[in-house]
Amino acid sequence: MNFLYAAYGATWAIHIVYLITVARRYIRLKQEVDDLNKK
Amino acid sequence: MKKAFPILGVLTAIFLSYALYLALVVAPREQTMGDVQRIFYYHVPSAWTAFLLFFINFLASVQYLVRRNPSTDKVANWILITVAAVTCIASVVIAVVPALKEAMPKDVQPSSIGTTGIIIAVAYFLIRKFFSVEAVDALAVTTAEVGVVFCTVVLVTGPLWARPVWGIWWTWDVRLTSTLVLWLIYVSYLILRRFSSSGQTPVMAAALAVFGALDVPLVYFSIWIFRTQHPQPVIGGGGSIDPRMMHVLLMNWLAFLCFAYLVCWSRYRLEIMKREVEEAQALESLLEPGSMAR
Repeated sequence: MNFLYAAYGATWAIHIVYLITVARRYIRLKQEVDDLNKK
Repeated sequence: MKKAFPILGVLTAIFLSYALYLALVVAPREQTMGDVQRIFYYHVPSAWTAFLLFFINFLASVQYLVRRNPSTDKVANWILITVAAVTCIASVVIAVVPALKEAMPKDVQPSSIGTTGIIIAVAYFLIRKFFSVEAVDALAVTTAEVGVVFCTVVLVTGPLWARPVWGIWWTWDVRLTSTLVLWLIYVSYLILRRFSSSGQTPVMAAALAVFGALDVPLVYFSIWIFRTQHPQPVIGGGGSIDPRMMHVLLMNWLAFLCFAYLVCWSRYRLEIMKREVEEAQALESLLEPGSMAR
């Protein structure tokens, strides 16, 4: 059972880490857009 | 579209939770392996989703290369139409000639050849209709990145399943090695896109993706062609599966497809936005006073 939970946990950990990376990139880009608009 | 995204997100989350419930509770317990076999409901759908994303990446990369020149674009269109027609004719011929039918792998229907040809052509023309040349490049980056995420899941869940069942984490068997090579090819594709600043980067990346995609059929058919430790495919490869397990497997795949679609959608929007910002920054630096003098 430990291997089963480890596999399911690892799957969602990988997806969540990727989603966080995408969200962070989006926030950074949004800041760049705001800076451009100010200029 | 902006309003649809949160609704689809909530629906996908509910669907994924239901699929998880099916995998952990509803699916019958496998007699030999026990509960650890339930890893199958995440491992296999992740692999199929990764293959699908790499297939879209392949079509997008081919289009990025051929659509930059109108004559190669026309040739590519005719090649696709010919592939669809030839595979349909081949499936009819194989079904009619008994000697050819016997030479086919067990459990593979001749019609699947024609169906594959038609799916390739339809997918190609759909991408062509809805994406411009620049957008097709953004689609290629998106599908490669999300495909690598799903392929990583396959490479992590595989050893976690192999350890209790085979007694080893990893073996250099053809299926496992070709999957690792596939992952490395697409990781190198993403590294190339991330760190190369040349104007030819999308062309080089598209060429790499076209050759990288050749590894996908090798991964898929390796367990038919070679003697491997990896189990036989559950669909069309001589393997058999309980219908209840098949139902849970397909539900999980559908849930992962919805999830992959949403992730691709977000990543694609991000890529388009990034390109627009880069364009605006380049324009701004040109318009800056004294930029010409520098």
